[in-house]
Amino acid sequence: MPRVIVDVMPKPEILDPQGKAVHGALPRLGFTAVSDVRQGKRFELEVEVADEATLAEVHQLAGTLLSNPVIEDYAVRVDA
Amino acid sequence: MKIGVVTFPGSLDDTDAQRAVRLAGGDPVALWHGDHDLHGVDAVILPGGFSYGDYLRCGAIARFAPVMTEVIAAAQGGMPVLGICNGFQILCESHLLPGALIRNDHRTFICRDQVLQVENASTAWTSDYEVGQQITVPLKNGEGGFVADAATLERIEGEGQVVVRYVDVNPNGSMRDIAGITNERGNVVGLMPHPEHAVESLTGPGTDGLGFFTSALSILTSH
Repeated sequence: MPRVIVDVMPKPEILDPQGKAVHGALPRLGFTAVSDVRQGKRFELEVEVADEATLAEVHQLAGTLLSNPVIEDYAVRVDA
Repeated sequence: MKIGVVTFPGSLDDTDAQRAVRLAGGDPVALWHGDHDLHGVDAVILPGGFSYGDYLRCGAIARFAPVMTEVIAAAQGGMPVLGICNGFQILCESHLLPGALIRNDHRTFICRDQVLQVENASTAWTSDYEVGQQITVPLKNGEGGFVADAATLERIEGEGQVVVRYVDVNPNGSMRDIAGITNERGNVVGLMPHPEHAVESLTGPGTDGLGFFTSALSILTSH
């Protein structure tokens, strides 16, 4: 069964306290190469067919329920 | 006058909101998230708590609860609607109010008696206050940082849609120290602090919060 991936990320201009907390922990663990962390969400949706109509529906639900367009951006892709 | 208080799975402050309505002289009516009608109430309060476990985003799932269809329609028709804390988050997710609430900038839950300044005393929920009046009500949240894009901020500031602002400290990183806002019509108000916890001196920092509930009752009575 095909799988559609929806990635949701806080908009670049929106503060991401969770990402900052993760980033703050890295030096303590000895990781020094990372200069910034942004934390988002990944949704894996099982669908019958990943056709145009289904993807249109996924876009609609991604923009209404899975993300809040005021503070987040989303991206939809079919898992190969 | 009947004021409905919606209980979602995970609501915490619904009984306190009902009690505040009663102390203000109104008749509280318990509404259930699965209801398809508002049982003839004259106003609605969306209380604080963690509806649907705050899963996905605070208020994101509650916004699609069956009762919200009726609440949104009634709000658009002019019914007074107050969202407190989680209720404010639900109103923003419903796009009844502009902007959104994100995690506190200092990443910790905050619980304190908070001084607020009333900026707009002509909404359905603040008419018993004076502009510039300072009130103290409890604040308790983990995701209370109010954000909006620059154009929206300018618009709500220009239109007088900021209802209450934090005084002395900004407890959660809210833009422009915004603690609560209203819609253009002034019937829908959302705020992070909890006026329903400041309605009796025995159980709160004072009775400064009572005005939210008496305001709505006096507006409803005068109609």
